[in-house]
Amino acid sequence: MEITELLEIVDVSRHFNAFVALDKVSLHIEAGEFFTLLGPSGCGKTTLLRLIAGFDQPDGGDILLDGKSILAAPPERRPLHTIFQNYALFPHMTVAENIAFPLRMAGIAKKEIKARVAQALEDVRLPDKARHYPDALSGGQKQRIAIARALVNRPRLLLLDEPLSALDAKLREQMQIELINLQKDIGITFIYVTHDQGEALALSHRIAVMDSGKIVQVDVPERLYGFPNSRFVADFIGKCNLLAGLVREQQGDDVIVELDGLGPVHVCRSEAKFAAGSRCALTLRPEKIRIAAAIVKSTDDESHFTGHVHDLLYLGDVTVYIVTLANGLLLEALLANSASGRTNFFEVGDQVEVAWSCDAGHLVLD
Amino acid sequence: MQRRNVLLWISAALVYLFLYLPLVLVVVFSFNDSRLNAEWVGFTWKWYGKLFHNQEMLTAAMNSLIIASVSVVVATVLGTLAGLAMEQSRQRLLQMLVLAPIAMPEILMGVSLLVLFIMVNMTLGLLSIILAHITFCIGFVALAVQARISSMDPGLVEAARDLGASPWRCFREITLPLLMPGILAGALMAFTLSIDDFVITFFTAGVGSSTLPLQIYSMVKLAVTPEVNAVSTLLMLLTLVVITVASRLSPAVFRGE
Repeated sequence: MEITELLEIVDVSRHFNAFVALDKVSLHIEAGEFFTLLGPSGCGKTTLLRLIAGFDQPDGGDILLDGKSILAAPPERRPLHTIFQNYALFPHMTVAENIAFPLRMAGIAKKEIKARVAQALEDVRLPDKARHYPDALSGGQKQRIAIARALVNRPRLLLLDEPLSALDAKLREQMQIELINLQKDIGITFIYVTHDQGEALALSHRIAVMDSGKIVQVDVPERLYGFPNSRFVADFIGKCNLLAGLVREQQGDDVIVELDGLGPVHVCRSEAKFAAGSRCALTLRPEKIRIAAAIVKSTDDESHFTGHVHDLLYLGDVTVYIVTLANGLLLEALLANSASGRTNFFEVGDQVEVAWSCDAGHLVLD
Repeated sequence: MQRRNVLLWISAALVYLFLYLPLVLVVVFSFNDSRLNAEWVGFTWKWYGKLFHNQEMLTAAMNSLIIASVSVVVATVLGTLAGLAMEQSRQRLLQMLVLAPIAMPEILMGVSLLVLFIMVNMTLGLLSIILAHITFCIGFVALAVQARISSMDPGLVEAARDLGASPWRCFREITLPLLMPGILAGALMAFTLSIDDFVITFFTAGVGSSTLPLQIYSMVKLAVTPEVNAVSTLLMLLTLVVITVASRLSPAVFRGE
């Protein structure tokens, strides 16, 4: 796939009185990408989406599509469509009329509209719903009609504002798979807004994590999860243990960190450079921590501590163990139940040993 | 428990009796084969027949219909625009200014309009009545329209713009059709208010512009004849039909939501 820049967001700011919704945000989104804006509510992701769609104007900066500013164009003249959180289907129009709406607005001939609406309904596998009104549709069907309506006249860009949040968990997963396949098939660039990190990881080619009106990190899902650049990203994406400490020394990509209350540990393959004496946090994913009754220390590259099971959460496929370490620190570890043949390996109060290899954790500045 | 229920029923029955007995009497005596509203003699349609040969009455009815139709059409357009403006600006003062005529004592409206018409040297007649009716009808339409707008999803307008509709087409294809039940409900309410308005009409009417309520009043000055009962019954029926249709169209307005 040839990569070309489709949308450029340059230093875009938006203030609502004293509240800074967006603070000099810059992003590049490539053609054919499934790009996600991820962040907690109030982080500015929806504001940014509304600026791209043209429902709102930035206080500063520019938004370029194919290298040309679109800020002067009203929403109806931007070659992009939005899927709204509540789908925003027109209640006084049938499903077919809803899908025909953008074609009608574009002045396309009646005969062609009819054919394209029929095709669009076929594409979302709801050809028998043409004469129904939106009220008569289920949540999942409304969703598909909203997608059909937004894609029927082939926009350059599709903006999706938390489109799956109104669906129940099972349907949500099914729609996620449909969205991925749809995007792959039609090749239209998607900009997806969500606060659900799991959804973002599952769907996106790239994710921009936002917090308080700023972009914190832009990366592919695997890098965001494995190499968060800050405490915020580590904490927001997936479950993560964050152990605070002090950098003692760095040699190449090997770092020795003095963890608060735990002592020195070895972190290898560190990409960033840390000055000795700087405060940092070791991010450790629960599934990267080994937990056992007794661990034979295999190499020097492994960090190794003793603790007690403080709490456990049996989730069926896995069990989450909250382990208290010697200094009172709580560490979350995960154990798959596939091999155990029993419900849990340990009970609350059991003494356990935890260990992680030097490349399991990732250091961020604190 | 049982006792309380019985008391409740009795008190409810008394309230309804108090409310509706006079109306029922008017309807009953409009079919009474006697000149006096005293005792039931026998059933007849003849008062209704007489009504349709009473030239004064027919003229008054025609006047009322003309006034109601014209003022409702104008008030509906202006009231809809006012409702849209009220929702958009959300200024309390603007809302109050539009809605105040609803709460204003009618006698005050009547007198002040009369003063104005005299000041500008306007001949009192159908036109002055129509202008007067428009002033108090606007508020009702605006209220009904606003109730409808506030229950409308603002995302629909954005969605229409997003899908390529210009502001005007968006208004025509999305906003207006969705507001239509509210607009119609407001128009019908305004119609019933206009057709049976007495006080304001009384002050703003001139020679030869008598309306149905004014005509009824002048007839009653002599005696409450069965013809008055008949025309009142018809007026009641018309109001009932219109209000029923209006409440079907926009339940929210009538529930005060």
